[in-house]
Amino acid sequence: MPGTVVDDVELIDAGHGGGTPPPDGGDGDGDSHGSRRPFPRRAYFTALQLGLAAIVMFFMAMASSYIVRRGLGTDWQRTPIPPVLWFNTAVLLISSVTIIVARKKLASGEREAFQSLWWVTTGLGMLFLAGQIVAWRQLAAAGMLLATNPSSSFFYVLTAAHGAHLAGGIFFLFYVAFRPWRKSRISQETAAELASIYWHFMDGLWIFLLALLTLGR
Amino acid sequence: MVTHENGGHAHHAPTGFIQKYVFSIDHKVIGIQYLCLALFSAFVGMSLSLLMRLHLGWPAAKFAFFKGGQMTPEQYLALMTMHGTIMVFMVLTTAPQSGYGNYFLPIQIGAADMAFPVLNMLSFWTTFVSLIVMLCAFVVSGGAPIGGWTSYPPLSALGEMVGPGQGAGETLWIVGLAIFCGASLMGALNFITTLIDLRAKGMTLGRMPLTCWTWFVTAILGLLAFGVLLAACILLLLDRVAGTSFFIPGGLVVTDQVVTWHKGGSPLLWQHLFWFFGHPEVYIAILPGMGVASHLLSTFSRKPVFGYRAMVGAVCGIGFLGFCVWGHHMFISGMSPYSAFAFSILTMTIGVPSAIKTFNWLGTLWGGKITFNCAMLFALGFVSLFVTGGLSGLFLAQPALDLYLHDGYFVVAHFHLIMGVAAIFGMFAGLYFWFPKMFGRFMNEGIGKVHFWLTFIGVYAVFMPMHFLGLAGNPRRYSEMTAGPFLQKLQPLHQFISVAAFITIGVQLIFLFNFFWSLLAGEKTTEENPWHATTLEWSIPTPPPFDNFGGVEPIVYHGAYEFSVPGAADDYIPQHLAPELIRKSEGSTESALQD
Repeated sequence: MPGTVVDDVELIDAGHGGGTPPPDGGDGDGDSHGSRRPFPRRAYFTALQLGLAAIVMFFMAMASSYIVRRGLGTDWQRTPIPPVLWFNTAVLLISSVTIIVARKKLASGEREAFQSLWWVTTGLGMLFLAGQIVAWRQLAAAGMLLATNPSSSFFYVLTAAHGAHLAGGIFFLFYVAFRPWRKSRISQETAAELASIYWHFMDGLWIFLLALLTLGR
Repeated sequence: MVTHENGGHAHHAPTGFIQKYVFSIDHKVIGIQYLCLALFSAFVGMSLSLLMRLHLGWPAAKFAFFKGGQMTPEQYLALMTMHGTIMVFMVLTTAPQSGYGNYFLPIQIGAADMAFPVLNMLSFWTTFVSLIVMLCAFVVSGGAPIGGWTSYPPLSALGEMVGPGQGAGETLWIVGLAIFCGASLMGALNFITTLIDLRAKGMTLGRMPLTCWTWFVTAILGLLAFGVLLAACILLLLDRVAGTSFFIPGGLVVTDQVVTWHKGGSPLLWQHLFWFFGHPEVYIAILPGMGVASHLLSTFSRKPVFGYRAMVGAVCGIGFLGFCVWGHHMFISGMSPYSAFAFSILTMTIGVPSAIKTFNWLGTLWGGKITFNCAMLFALGFVSLFVTGGLSGLFLAQPALDLYLHDGYFVVAHFHLIMGVAAIFGMFAGLYFWFPKMFGRFMNEGIGKVHFWLTFIGVYAVFMPMHFLGLAGNPRRYSEMTAGPFLQKLQPLHQFISVAAFITIGVQLIFLFNFFWSLLAGEKTTEENPWHATTLEWSIPTPPPFDNFGGVEPIVYHGAYEFSVPGAADDYIPQHLAPELIRKSEGSTESALQD
């Protein structure tokens, strides 16, 4: 017998299998042995979820800083919430509805209706960003600039960070609309689903930030 | 039922030079690019430390290459800052994870490439840009920043008024680091997706090599930690350039000037954000080394890894606990003793998975047929350094002791041994081991052993005496402390450390010679699997083809460490070897092999 083996080596326990047929590893559905399987669709969803986890960590760091800075300093002043934010919020919520309907149209093969609703969603996203800029201008007109107070600093930073991520979402929507999907390893349906998950997430993130900025003032 | 999209994953091999070697989407080329970036950065970082040791050993000596003949305290601090930054981010974060991980993770799990090759390429080039931005700090007005690699505010936030280098240099440092955060996030996302979704048939989690487990957990740490650092960098940058007061308190007096334009900020807030990233960063640097050490100890002692499951659990445990202990970097910040107590207990808890790993490494070696080649020697060196550096961590985890030791050389010795040198030994071990697969030639063993022993003795000669400096009360971060009588007596020890450092740094030129000489004229490999190893990278041609497995998906039948299996004629069973193809030793039966 070559070499020596200690008694409790986990040859079997760890899934090592002398003569047993191999269980599925990364993916499950069986193609014939030897040929490489197509790229799994779920990898895109894994990547998206991981990306969202990283975004959550970024905003949690910002939100924690907001709460700590508010609690520590004696210089904190409440930043007024520009009324246009409520309009912007409504626009973003409506865009989440239109993207859901758009995907349903795509699934049922109504491509023209899908295209229209997709553009409506994109337009609403851009309207939201324009509304955020209006909110900034209103705040600036009221004398609350970036460095005026830590409260206003956080207002600008949080809304800018969310706006940047939402702008990424708008880019994603354009990408879904314009990319030639026939040559891609991913279908337009899948891309639209991924974009809609991201879009809903941005929607939820905005509600969280709005709650922080209004209730946590 | 898992569904698949239309269209295969494999992309065509590039033909042009630019696409093949510069903007390549091949994970192997990108891995080598990361390794080259890390190698360059390591020599830059070592050169900076050489200058620092020169000054620490002989503070009064004059050298022509310093303006005015002598190094100023500010120049020393700039060297210290850039040494730490470049070594931590551009060497310890890139080479073990992005370098080796990029090259070997897809192959070891049986994939044709990373899940997102273009994102992978972007990740490298973004890292490259961040390195260039950071290096630019040397040439701007005021020079490189002097705030240390932790860049604590308020000094890092106030600009040039607090010192040269805190102007444009510090801004470039922050911007470079923010870019690096983006690059690391892209890389981490790609690593995790690849490992979760692109494993070959039969490559269950329980069959994955421990190298892959450590790259996996490291990527999770990176994914969750770098976003926090990015947020901190943005806030710090705004404090510097936009007049905000996130981290800058009111009432500061800096060089006779009262800072009136900031108030209310909290420097401790930066420390919390930074160390929430910073402690996981320690494991980002060291975990891949643990994976390589486990892998090599098993391969070169011809025995399965002792307690494979426990090793996986320990890696995950270390990763999880790594997020719970950031406060131990802040014991001297005036935190509540209750918080310090909690962070202390949690920190010492990390000793449990660390001890599991150490004892399992020893268990793996016990009774094995050990081959003392260069790769194995560096893996054993890793274990030695991990234990030595880890034990001093138990001292520093006690708040009462840390109050005395924190700002002294004891800490310098601790983190260099466990995070710096141990991780670098892991890189060397990986290079000597995988060099034949990557380049089709062996590195020279004779020169390699000279390199190992001189480096091994050298790093202990450099860092062990620093423990005594720390215990004697020698503070760190100062360019010169010879004015204090009690520290004057320590000066010979400083000179000994400096000489040891010069020799150890010089020895790395031997490594560099061996690397390039072996690349051009080293002994050629005559077989695909010269080490008789089990994992999938040894089942494919040398060097690996563009799509790794020639368009064929491997099937995995065995665990990663089936060495010296009773009943088998060979002392290793490759992971891809079908059960019916295993040669049986004389007199053995089928059941003996399966048991």
